[in-house]
Amino acid sequence: MAYEIVKRPHVENFVRWSKFKPEVVVLSADLTSSCEVGKFRDTFPDRFFSFGLGEQNMLGFAGGLAREGFEPWIHTFAVFIYRRPLDQLQMSVAYPNLPVRMVGFLPGITTPGGVTHQAIDDVNVMRGIPNMTILETGDATEVESVLEVAHKIDGPVYIRMLRGEISRIFPKNEVMEFNTARVLSTGTDVTILSSGISTEEALRAIPALKEHGVSVQHLHVSTLKPFTDPLVIEGLKSSKYGVITMENHSVIGGLGSAVADLIAEHGIGKKLIKIGLKDTYAHGASQKYLLHKYGMSARNLIEATEKLIDKNLQISEEELSQTRVIDVHSTAKAEAL
Amino acid sequence: MDIEKIASIAHGIRHRVLEHTVKNNGGYLSQACSSAEILACLYTNLVNLSPLPAPLEPRDFVNVPSKNFTDYITGAEFHGKKGPDLDRLFISPAHYALVIYAALIETGRLTEKSLEKFNKDGTTVEMIGAEHSPGFETTTGSLAQAISQAGGVALARKLRGESGKTWIFMSDGEFQEGQTWEALSAISFHELNNIRIIVDVNRNQVDGPMEKVMSIEPLIDRIKSFGWDVDKIDGNDINQILQSGFSAKNKPKVILGYTDPAKGIEILKDRPDALHYVRFAHPFEKIKYNNFLKAWK
Repeated sequence: MAYEIVKRPHVENFVRWSKFKPEVVVLSADLTSSCEVGKFRDTFPDRFFSFGLGEQNMLGFAGGLAREGFEPWIHTFAVFIYRRPLDQLQMSVAYPNLPVRMVGFLPGITTPGGVTHQAIDDVNVMRGIPNMTILETGDATEVESVLEVAHKIDGPVYIRMLRGEISRIFPKNEVMEFNTARVLSTGTDVTILSSGISTEEALRAIPALKEHGVSVQHLHVSTLKPFTDPLVIEGLKSSKYGVITMENHSVIGGLGSAVADLIAEHGIGKKLIKIGLKDTYAHGASQKYLLHKYGMSARNLIEATEKLIDKNLQISEEELSQTRVIDVHSTAKAEAL
Repeated sequence: MDIEKIASIAHGIRHRVLEHTVKNNGGYLSQACSSAEILACLYTNLVNLSPLPAPLEPRDFVNVPSKNFTDYITGAEFHGKKGPDLDRLFISPAHYALVIYAALIETGRLTEKSLEKFNKDGTTVEMIGAEHSPGFETTTGSLAQAISQAGGVALARKLRGESGKTWIFMSDGEFQEGQTWEALSAISFHELNNIRIIVDVNRNQVDGPMEKVMSIEPLIDRIKSFGWDVDKIDGNDINQILQSGFSAKNKPKVILGYTDPAKGIEILKDRPDALHYVRFAHPFEKIKYNNFLKAWK
């Protein structure tokens, strides 16, 4: 399926969205253009604050500004939000439940920057932090509409953000809704839950599965905490053979684990296969390579489905929709660190 | 307030903390010795806080901050009403809590009997102050975080055009943390010139004297090189504290108050390498401190 490709939607959208919100300020740690807020800096220089390479201090400043009624939007790579300054994030922002918006770029294997730049356990870490809300974007429409969802939350919000060239999978007017999954297909054999870029990958395989007679329920999840969506719970209950989760993250502590909690808490008693990084770090390479190398591709979804329904579907490579290959030298700077 | 009155408040802080330490067989006693004059000067003269009509009772613990607990109140209520021309005070080394409570009692902001609730279940008079504890506004038991949080507050106040200063009380050990230096850079870079930091340089930390654990000297030169106005003074000398506290250049300022961690209670010098938390190892030691307390006016 060919999606519209949107180049750097956050650049213009964030400026437009924040124009009449004087309380919205941006805090940056030397990754301003890399996080697509260069235009915000140039448009509203009085609302942009540069902290250099000093994330621990930046988290504290964000807490102080939020206490005084501002709404700080931290823009940096995800690893420099939840990994390096974790204590500051917890004590200066999360414990006091302050409305700091942490926009974390380069989730999972979306960067060839390697282990230092790939946030593979951020959802795991963030889910364990009281007061935290976690949102994840899966396409251009969600990159645009996540702002308003985060803005309305009384407390800290962590956003797994996409940048560069992004597919528009969901219609522009079908905006992200808090704690509400998108039902992408309905079916009764297998329930597939995907988040972030894994949804686009899942959508390559699902038409073929249906073609081969599997009745698939597919839900796209964009709120990872809280995780209480009735649509998800119903989706888990209604699957005949079991559940598959697919995420751009470690299989420990992310979407798959959140689903496992729900299955257990609600006594649903279904098998669960978690697709994601299998308790391993990744390394620097293209997204397409890494999806295959670490078993997170459309083909892996087919194999998981076959395992659940105990049947070889004999789906050929040609039957899978084309992978969108992101040009790492494009003007949208998908590779720039 | 005149010097004699400030001195008597400083004595009162030490006395209350010693009394508490003897009674409970332990306490952050040397911090009272080192910082009593600094805190007495802050609460009486230096920090422009609005007065309270009467000392406040500490609140009972209800819950930690969350979306579901909208009535959360910080310990800044003990500093009186906030105002654009008034100062703010942030306590960074939260393990000084006992000393802070004693200072609030001495300066008429906290009821005298509040110390009975110290470290008792169900109160906000915590051993390590959190942001609901009397006199606290931020949660800084993990050290070196107040400076950045207060920096954010000062930045917000600057954006609103407020004239009040933002004070931060720090301990010298916090200058071993990288975050402190990130914050010193950022405050200087963003020209938050209404920030005042006063440091209790008592040269002691949990493992012992700082010069043995990890020296931070020459502290004055290090901070000056970050673009700050810095004074190095005798932190037990009220005249010097006031003089330094009231003088200002058009820069953020650090006052390094070099202090004696056994000031006023010289028997503490018998245990020179274990001053962080005084716990009596032997019944005779407790008797020694009790006798000292009884003989003390």
